[in-house]
Amino acid sequence: MSAWVWIGVALCSGIAAIGRFVLVALISSRVVTGFPGAFPLGTFAVNMTGALLLGLLAGLAVEGDALVLLGTATLGSYTTFSTWMLETQRLAEDGQIAVAAINILLSLVVGLGAIALGRAVGMHL
Amino acid sequence: MPARVALATRALPDLDRRELGAIFLGGVAGGLLRVWLSRSFASGPTDWPWAIFAINVTGSFALGCLVTWLRERPPESTFHHPLWTAGFCGTYTTFSTMQLEMLVLLNHDRYALAAGYALSSILAGYLAIWIGTGLVRRERATA
Repeated sequence: MSAWVWIGVALCSGIAAIGRFVLVALISSRVVTGFPGAFPLGTFAVNMTGALLLGLLAGLAVEGDALVLLGTATLGSYTTFSTWMLETQRLAEDGQIAVAAINILLSLVVGLGAIALGRAVGMHL
Repeated sequence: MPARVALATRALPDLDRRELGAIFLGGVAGGLLRVWLSRSFASGPTDWPWAIFAINVTGSFALGCLVTWLRERPPESTFHHPLWTAGFCGTYTTFSTMQLEMLVLLNHDRYALAAGYALSSILAGYLAIWIGTGLVRRERATA
């Protein structure tokens, strides 16, 4: 991989991290009714949209440097595993076991559905 | 009850330029490290995805330690906290690549491997947060 691609990886990762932070802040700063108040909707939204878009890239058969930059660097950085686990553990610690369990199951199931849907759409474009 | 989503009026939260700079820097470091590791230890479409598994578990352990260390010790830093949490750990670990690896395993009829990968990532990631948090809190209590 050329030095230019590594520079691209660095920039895409930094920008994607800011994108995730801003979206999470945007969602957390709003009062959303109809969801359990403690549900970490920001991280959930980021991970689901990221999975959908990565599925789309896979469906469009994006390869090589473009896949590294858009997929591994941008969408890989935009989505997060550690924050998802942290929020789940803190919910469980606060005694909100049901919300913690829903956060795990919903992310897994909807995430897998989102990535499969994204890929199916990409294949037909 | 169908979720009727009502949004309040505030458009954008207050964004601190210093905070965003810290997240960018942490993101650059976390992204570079993950891309480098996942290319160095690449696995085939029917193999256990060791690189992302190890990245997600170690990143969770680091986040558990760091967030406890930085957040539970006032005053909260506006640079170190975003640099290490949303910046580095958030970017180093990934959800979307893990999901794609699971989907590819399922497409190759590796159902047990896909389920094992999902379960063990979540179990190990959760334990890593719990252990990291506990270690820092105990250190704090005895200091």
